[in-house]
Amino acid sequence: MIRLQNIEKVYRTDTIETLALNSISLDIAKGEFLSIMGPSGCGKSTLLNIMGLLDAPSKGMIKIADKSTENLNDKQLAQFRNKTLGFIFQSYHLINDLQVLDNVELPLLYRDTTAKERKRLATEALEKVGLANRVKHFPTQLSGGQRQRVAIARAIVGRPDIILADEPTGNLDSAMGNEIMEILINLNRNEGTTIVMVTHDENMAQKTHRLVRLFDGSQVQ
Amino acid sequence: MLKNYFKIAIAVLRRRKFFTFISLFGISFTLTILMVLTAFIDKVIGDNYPDKKRDRLLYVNRIEQKGKDNMTSGTLSYYFLSHYTGMMKTPVKVAISSGFNGTNTYVNNKKIAVSYKYTNAEFWDVMDYDFTEGKPFNKQEVDNADHVAIISEDMKRQYFGDVGPVVGKYIEADNVNYRVLGVVKNVPVTSYMFFSDIYLPYTVSKADYKSKSYGGGYMGVLLAASKDDVPKMQAEYENLMKRVPVESKDYQHLYSHANSFFRSYVDTGNEASSGVFIVVTAISIFVFIFMLLPTLNLVNINITRIMERSSEIGVRKAFGASSKTLVYQFIVENLILTLLGGIIGTLLSVIALWAINNADLIANLQLSINFTVLFIALLACLIFGFLSGVYPAWRMSKLNVVTALKAQ
Repeated sequence: MIRLQNIEKVYRTDTIETLALNSISLDIAKGEFLSIMGPSGCGKSTLLNIMGLLDAPSKGMIKIADKSTENLNDKQLAQFRNKTLGFIFQSYHLINDLQVLDNVELPLLYRDTTAKERKRLATEALEKVGLANRVKHFPTQLSGGQRQRVAIARAIVGRPDIILADEPTGNLDSAMGNEIMEILINLNRNEGTTIVMVTHDENMAQKTHRLVRLFDGSQVQ
Repeated sequence: MLKNYFKIAIAVLRRRKFFTFISLFGISFTLTILMVLTAFIDKVIGDNYPDKKRDRLLYVNRIEQKGKDNMTSGTLSYYFLSHYTGMMKTPVKVAISSGFNGTNTYVNNKKIAVSYKYTNAEFWDVMDYDFTEGKPFNKQEVDNADHVAIISEDMKRQYFGDVGPVVGKYIEADNVNYRVLGVVKNVPVTSYMFFSDIYLPYTVSKADYKSKSYGGGYMGVLLAASKDDVPKMQAEYENLMKRVPVESKDYQHLYSHANSFFRSYVDTGNEASSGVFIVVTAISIFVFIFMLLPTLNLVNINITRIMERSSEIGVRKAFGASSKTLVYQFIVENLILTLLGGIIGTLLSVIALWAINNADLIANLQLSINFTVLFIALLACLIFGFLSGVYPAWRMSKLNVVTALKAQ
C-alpha cells in the first residue's frame, strides 16, 4: 500500500545540515497496522509527514496505492491526500470556531458532495466513534478523549485507504488512550484500513501488527 | 462550501472583536466619507434642476483675453452676451443672468441675508423652474424695467412666513420694493449659475448693463432647437469668437467657449489645459489614496490573522484543500467582512446625509443616497475586499503544511 525507497530528509540552514532521515526503505501492506517508535527527534513524525505527502523527501521515492507521487502538483497532491489519506494528530487540530459536525465534514468540502450527503457521512462517522450526541458542540466543550474521537471521525469520514496517526494517544490518560486505540484497531480490523501510527507508548505499539524503530533518522528494527 | 466559509468568517469576526472593530470602522468610515462625497458630486453634476433641457444647452460663463503682459479672465458683460449671441443663428433662445449677489433686508426688525440675481426674459423659457405660484416676468416687463421679482420658496417662508399665495405682495431688497410675480422651488447654491433667493429683470440693475466692456457679471445659456443642433451651435460660437476683436491693444487673443454643463463647471479658463482633465484626475487620485489607506490597514490586519490561523490552514491542506481553494476561502471571508462594513457604511452615510441636510450647511442643498452612490459604495466594498484579501491569502496559501501544523 505504501512503498518508501531510500528516503532521505535533510534540513539545511546557512551553517548546519541535519540529516533527519537516512535511507529509509519500507513496505507497508494493505490492511496492515504499523507502529513507528523511537526517541524524540529520531525522525518519526518527519517520516509520517513524508508518507502523508505533507512534506517532500530530499531523496528517495514514495509510492502510495501503486501511484508514484513525486511529480504531482499542488492541486493533484491535495486531491490525492483528500481521497487516499486520513490524518490524526497528537494535539487533535480541530477548528475551534466550527461545531463538531462541521469539523468532521471538512475533508468532504473538498469533494463533489452535497451538503445533505456530507451531513449523513459525518453523522455516520461520529456514530462510529460514539459521539453522535455531540454534533452541535464546539471542540472546546469536549474532553481530550472526545476531541481525539472527533479527529478520528474527521480522518475516516472520507473513507480513505490509509490513516496516518501521529501520537494519537500522546495527550491522553491511559484509559482514554486505550479507548482511542480500540477504535483504531476496530477500524483496521473491520474496514481493512491501513494504519501507520507514531507512538512513544510500547504497550500501544504491541497491539499493532508490526513495529518499526527509528534511531537518529535510521531504521533500526 | 460557502456556508462553511460564512460560518468560519463570522466565528473569526466574533472571536477577535477588537480587530473586527478596527476593520469594520476603517471600511465603514471610509465608505461614509466616500458616499457623502459622491452624493455631493452627484448632486452638483447630476441634478438638472432647473436646467432640465441640459442635452440641448450650452453654457457660456467665461471670457479670457491674453496679451504679452496682460491677461484678464472672468464672467461676461450683458452687452457681450446679448450682442454676439444675438448674431447667432442656431440658438432658439439665449438665457442671460448675472451671478448671485448678497444683500440684507429686514422683516420685523429681523435681518435676513438675501441673494439676488438679474435675468433676461428668455431665461425663464430656457430654464425650467418649477413655479409653485405665479409666473415669470415677460419681455415687456423687462423692457419697462418694472420692479417685479420672482422669489424662491425659501425666501417666501423667510420673508412672509407660512402664509398663502404672495403674488402681488411686495418684497424689499437693496432698499427697493419689488412686486412678487411668482414663487419657484429652491435651487441649491451648488448650482451657482441658477441659484438665488430673488430673481430680478436685468434692466433694474444699478450697475451699467449697457457698458460695452467685454467683462461683466453675466453668464449665458444657449438653447438649441434639438440635441442634434448642439454641435453646430458650439461650432458657430467658436467661429464667432474667432471674429470678435480683442478689446484693446493690450491683448492679442480672445477666448470664450460654449461648453457642455460638466465642462463649463470645471473649466479653469486656462486655454493650455483642460479643466475636465484636472478635476477628474484630482478626484481620482483623492479617491484612490482614500481607499488605499484602509486597504493597507486591512492587509496588515489580515496577515496577523493568518498567523493565528496557521493550524487551521495546515489542517485544511492536509485534508485536501489546494492553495487555490484556500485563497478563494480567504477572499470570500474578506468579502463578507467588507460587505458587513459596506452595510454599516451605508447606514452611517444615511445618518450623515440626514445630519448634513438638517444642519442646513449649504443653502437649499438636499443630499440623498441614490443608486449611483449605492453602486459606487458597493463596488468600493468589493474592491476593498478583493485588494485586502488577495495578498494575505496568497501568503497564507504558501505556508508549508508541517510548519503550519506546528504553529499551534
